Amino acid sequence: MKRFAALFNAMDATTKTGEKTAALTAYFRTAPEADRVWTIALLSGRRPKRAVNATELRTWAAEAAGVPLWLFEESYNIAGDLAETIAHLLPRAEHETDPTLDATLRALIALTGRPEAERRAYVTSVWAGLGPEERFLFNKLLTGGFRMGVSRGLMTRALAQATGVEEAVMAHRLMGDWDPARTRFADLTEEGGSEGAARPYPFALASPLEAAPDSLGPAADWLAEWKWDGIRGQIIARPGAFAIWSRGEDLITDRFPEFAPLQDHLPPGTVLDGEIVAWGGDAPLPFAALQKRIARKTVPKKLLAEVPGHFLAYDLLEDGGVDLRAAPLSERRARLEAMLAALPAGLPLSPSPAALGDWAALTATRGLARDRMAEGLMLKRLSSPYHTGRKRGDWWKWKLDPFTVDAVMLYAQAGHGRRANLFTDFTFAVRDGNDLVPFTKAYSGLTDVEFAAITRWVGKHTVERFGPVRRVVPELVFEIGFEGIQASPRHKSGIALRFPRMLRWRQDKGVAEIDTLDGLRALLRQVSEPGTLRADEVKTGDLPAGSKKKTGALPPDPQDI
Amino acid sequence: MSAQLLSFTDRGIYCAEGGFYIDPWRPVDRALITHGHSDHARWGHGHYLCTHQALPVIRHRLGQITAEGIGYGETRQIGGVEVSFHPAGHVPGSAQIRVARGGEVWVVSGDYKVEDDGLSEPFVPVPCHTFISECTFGLPLFRWQPQAVVAAQLAAWWQANAAEGRASILAAYGLGKAQRLMTMLPEAGPILTHGAVEETTRILRDQGYRLPPTIRVTAGIDAKSHPGALIIAPPSALGTPWARRFGPASAAFASGWMALRGIRRRRGFGTGFVISDHADWPGLNTAIHATGAERVFVTHGYTTPFRRWLEEQGYEAGIVQTEFGGDEAETASEADLA
Repeated sequence: MKRFAALFNAMDATTKTGEKTAALTAYFRTAPEADRVWTIALLSGRRPKRAVNATELRTWAAEAAGVPLWLFEESYNIAGDLAETIAHLLPRAEHETDPTLDATLRALIALTGRPEAERRAYVTSVWAGLGPEERFLFNKLLTGGFRMGVSRGLMTRALAQATGVEEAVMAHRLMGDWDPARTRFADLTEEGGSEGAARPYPFALASPLEAAPDSLGPAADWLAEWKWDGIRGQIIARPGAFAIWSRGEDLITDRFPEFAPLQDHLPPGTVLDGEIVAWGGDAPLPFAALQKRIARKTVPKKLLAEVPGHFLAYDLLEDGGVDLRAAPLSERRARLEAMLAALPAGLPLSPSPAALGDWAALTATRGLARDRMAEGLMLKRLSSPYHTGRKRGDWWKWKLDPFTVDAVMLYAQAGHGRRANLFTDFTFAVRDGNDLVPFTKAYSGLTDVEFAAITRWVGKHTVERFGPVRRVVPELVFEIGFEGIQASPRHKSGIALRFPRMLRWRQDKGVAEIDTLDGLRALLRQVSEPGTLRADEVKTGDLPAGSKKKTGALPPDPQDI
Repeated sequence: MSAQLLSFTDRGIYCAEGGFYIDPWRPVDRALITHGHSDHARWGHGHYLCTHQALPVIRHRLGQITAEGIGYGETRQIGGVEVSFHPAGHVPGSAQIRVARGGEVWVVSGDYKVEDDGLSEPFVPVPCHTFISECTFGLPLFRWQPQAVVAAQLAAWWQANAAEGRASILAAYGLGKAQRLMTMLPEAGPILTHGAVEETTRILRDQGYRLPPTIRVTAGIDAKSHPGALIIAPPSALGTPWARRFGPASAAFASGWMALRGIRRRRGFGTGFVISDHADWPGLNTAIHATGAERVFVTHGYTTPFRRWLEEQGYEAGIVQTEFGGDEAETASEADLA
């Protein structure tokens, strides 16, 4: 654990990519092989399930530290991190031990489901032998909350450097749902790699387009598609393997049984990139519908009928068992359309509509996105390969501006981690007659300087405390941006927002100028009755009003789940 | 007189019978000052009394003031009370102030730490009935390592930077912490100082405090003229053109707040050395116990939980509000640099 802690601290101590890569490369060359495998797993989101819940940890730690529970909570509110609070509170180890990462994680996995007394005895005995930094990491692993400031791309690069394998090849070998407890370092890094047949490709990802689209050059070089709000996924149909992967590399084949017939119809050796959406017959249903499916491991028939899944294909990554990723998008898109056109009707699979056009036409098309249940457009360069991960320049997400509402802050709570001690988590209200009705929370969108100023303000304008939460004088007004709105009986306001965040602190506005609940209700009615335009009307070639060109081209796109 | 010996006013801690305030934050006629940090020694009072050791820095910072020094342990009658100053171990010259009337003794701690830092006059517990204690780090989260451990970490950091051709810039509060750090380090290379640090260092050195040689950064003093140097500067100097003259450099911050990862990351210092001139949790508890006081007022820091903790330990405990209302989150976010 000491070696792993040293790696963690090296990552924590710098924001420079070069320094991080060098430290990680050195680790991948020298750490015990089993520890390397676990590190790869952790850095690619394959965290072990938590063996202990937070309540148990608090109780055990407070008792081990000889501190009353209320004082433990006060300390936690300041540190803003449970693992760190415990690491600081416990008395220092008298004799430090140094178990390997491999041994520690195997012990944690074995602990799951054991009686409390057994888990407690184990955890407290480990605490007693670790230094504060190792203790902190142990706690993070214990609670399933481990994160390190290293992107998966950076980890892949370091691993490529340490092993001499090309980066894109390494990225591919790490895909899939391999189990670190049963995988050797060589299994991952050498030819053959993990779970061969069902292994997905690394997803290509897009960057947000901040500039005007004509900064991208001639529109003729680009293909536009709707940016759907669903689950980005890959369908793998190879001899002996049929799998559906989410972008988070969860195997979701069983959650969407309606796709099972595809294995009988897709040509062997096919890999599709696309978006799983909830399907209303000829257009996607709102994301809220799909959410009902996401949570379910097995799907009741009724839900399957109400919220059927549909795969809108963006790209063809493998055709006849041949990796197509290096071919230009225009070619991949043409082959995708040809392949899908040959399938029998009635399958839950169709090409995601794509369009060509000049920038004015595409801008107009983008304006229709909400009516199509899309978030905006994706722009993909027709000549581009299917990249590994996010490579800036060929794929852009060109989203609609968010909805906005001006609201007043009602409650404030300190953040966690980097934002411990800063009030960053706010609850906002709109006006309803003479009342202020809380309707959303938001945590992001302001600068550190603004959060610091608000923190000072909260200190002086607290009306009431509820543990870590402060009720404040309703005075500060913020412009809240959000991507969607839906009815929600669970909330007092009757509405729930999708992706709310603070766009601006409106220091020029007072509480008298905030928006009303009636205004939000009106917006809800408006979005619940979408326009008459449907996604299936937007076929390749007729998206942009001003364009006569046919495409026949189009590839994959990146979305966030 | 039956009134409390010391009372808490909107100007600070007041002794009616002696006609003086202790570390007041608004102008008063007569001020007793525990030490020279700017939140304790403020401008505008009619008359200042502090230790002989604290006086030169206070004069330097406040300019033209009417001020007088007093020796540690020396007693003085002021009005109807007896006053004396005792080492607080916080920074050179810092004091706790003892106020006695008849058999009743109060002690105002000012800022203090229990560990002997080898530079400041070491903390001495002063028996009293009522103790007014700071609690900047009054939560069990805060447990300092012995100074020697941090000294070894600092030395290793400096040497590693020097070996890789990087300057080492250490951000620290200019009075007390900066000088303490100098004395903790091995003679591994030149120590350069920012002007704000050098002024105080010179004054303390002239007073007879044993400090290593330092070089003030002026035109022509940079990483080329002094390779492998350690530069001690106030935190505000980091990221400025002043700091960029040292070329490739590793910056670190030395403060008790560096114990919290969130604060360390937010301030953008990858490297933080956890070293404080305030008492940690065990230190506060030890110091309070050692006074034998039955009644404790806490101020400046995590006052609410610390008072409750003390009450559960059997003390009669209260809170002294400071100018800023003693809000914990604010205290931490403003990151008291000492």
